[in-house]
Amino acid sequence: MSEPAIHIENLMKRYGEGDTAVDALKGVDMTIWPGEVVGLVGPSGSGKSTLLKCLGAVIEPTSGKMTLGGETIFDGTWEIDDLRTLRRDRIGFVFQAPYLIPFLDVTDNIALLPMLAGMPNTQARIRAKELLDALDVGHRATAQVSELSGGEQQRVSIARALANQPPIILADEPTAPLDSERALTVVRILNQMAQQYQTAIIVVTHDEKIIPTFKRIYHIRDGRTYEEAGEGRDA
Amino acid sequence: MINLASRDILHGWGKFAFTGVGLGLLIGVTLTMAGVYRGMVDDAKAMIENAGADLWVVQQNTLGPYAEPSSIHDDVARDILGQNGVMEAGNVAYLTMQIQKGGKDVRIMLVGIEQSKPGEPAYLVDGRPIAHSHYEALADIKTGLKLGEHFQIRRYQYTVVGLTRRMVSSSGDPMVFVPLKDAQEVQFLKDNDALLNERARTTANPAFNRPGVPGLLDSVLANQITSHMVNAVLVRIKNGYDAQEVAKQILRWKHLQAYTKDQMEEILVAKLIATASKQIFMFLVILAIVSAAIVAFIIYAMTLNKIREIAVLKLVGAGNQTISSMILQQALGLGLIGFVVGKTAATLWAPLFPKYVLLIPGDTIIGFILVMLMCSLASIFAIRAALRVDPATAIGG
Repeated sequence: MSEPAIHIENLMKRYGEGDTAVDALKGVDMTIWPGEVVGLVGPSGSGKSTLLKCLGAVIEPTSGKMTLGGETIFDGTWEIDDLRTLRRDRIGFVFQAPYLIPFLDVTDNIALLPMLAGMPNTQARIRAKELLDALDVGHRATAQVSELSGGEQQRVSIARALANQPPIILADEPTAPLDSERALTVVRILNQMAQQYQTAIIVVTHDEKIIPTFKRIYHIRDGRTYEEAGEGRDA
Repeated sequence: MINLASRDILHGWGKFAFTGVGLGLLIGVTLTMAGVYRGMVDDAKAMIENAGADLWVVQQNTLGPYAEPSSIHDDVARDILGQNGVMEAGNVAYLTMQIQKGGKDVRIMLVGIEQSKPGEPAYLVDGRPIAHSHYEALADIKTGLKLGEHFQIRRYQYTVVGLTRRMVSSSGDPMVFVPLKDAQEVQFLKDNDALLNERARTTANPAFNRPGVPGLLDSVLANQITSHMVNAVLVRIKNGYDAQEVAKQILRWKHLQAYTKDQMEEILVAKLIATASKQIFMFLVILAIVSAAIVAFIIYAMTLNKIREIAVLKLVGAGNQTISSMILQQALGLGLIGFVVGKTAATLWAPLFPKYVLLIPGDTIIGFILVMLMCSLASIFAIRAALRVDPATAIGG
């Protein structure tokens, strides 16, 4: 079997020092394989967002180890100097709200990422169009963000996360603003994309509608994760 | 790579354009203030140039006739003509006053000149020079007077026989040229009541009624209503003579002050309008600071409105350079729009100003550079705010 897309061992994160210190993560272990969509479930304040920020290389864990595609990126300290490039090339993000750039059209919202990575504009736009077609929003390629429905915006944000073909996508409550039907559609798309691009996707959620669709779920409570087999129902 | 700044500007072009217009009007005011100063300097230079003189001979130890009062006898011009190197000398009298035109007051500088002598306007845009000894006038077109029009100065009616252009005093009042004798009379003429009063006083004075001196009282009374004083003598130098040397000669032998054209320009520009120019400079500095503050505030507010987008851009790997460049380009874009609007506005409204507003290309170029520099500096606050944005804020929790 190939290397796991992401592997975490005993990851800890402490905010503050001394008496006011708060341990948000108290030893998280997690392994996710390429093409796998995993749910990360937990109540508010359980450490979901902190874990996501550590995985997204936007905050530094206090201790532990993280590997990405077999490469150690954190082992007590960051093993990679340029975290910006790491995020740009190897991690995709899907947010609760789509957070698309309002002054760019749909295609350029997606093409911007490959362009930032140095891809020529034309090539980046071709890739963006391919992703939009794959997500069934190709007909909205030239539309402005404000012209899209909520579901369409979320699809575009998924396309943006896939733009640099990262091995891992972190989705922070991507179905929160959507109704049941659209939420399940988004999950179905995430599963398709994970299969198609062999991307590992971690979906942070407490949306009861979509939890049964995961084959594997990590519960997080008081800064610790507990793995559970999911129902894996069709979305 | 996509130009994020231009896309953002195009996306909210209405807001951006309105902001640019607002800033532009402020820049227009700033450019106009610079133009007012340039106009004052240019008016002063034109006044000196159009006088057609090489030397201004005035009362000793004064900066006359424009910057300080100066009073010399009108026969001094004849003495000066006898000086080595002097070609022509003409008496001039200057007097600032108000005249009535169409029921409105017009402030003018009345200039008394001698026909075909230095001091006469160098050229006329219409009409002819003064040909009669009295009651003819040459008026600058800024007075609004027309050729052949009559107007009143004190008790007498004058007829405009010629029109001049760019003949204004250092304070911007248009000049009206009249024969020297008329100007002297206007300058020293008393009203009827004052004359009667003066005559009565003089007649009652026993010193003027001495039995052995017949006609003394009549002479004194006649002297009271005539004046032989002028403000300056304008001198033209013969070819091959140095104005500075002739000026030294006049100072030495006639005990009068003589200024060359350069010295007179220095007096006008560096002394007479120095306070006004400092005042304008202060306005310029304040306007520049206000403009910079407005640009800084606008760019800062625009950046704060995009904090979430900036956080997302940083999260997905956009570098500080990309973010800074976007904000800087927007600030420069705003400056560019503002400058174009400001320059256009200043050009359009400059002719409407009562005083001459001179917009020179040099000031325009300097203004453009300063606006761009100001916008660059103003964007620093916004760039700092954007660079402080934590990409983690894009992720909830």
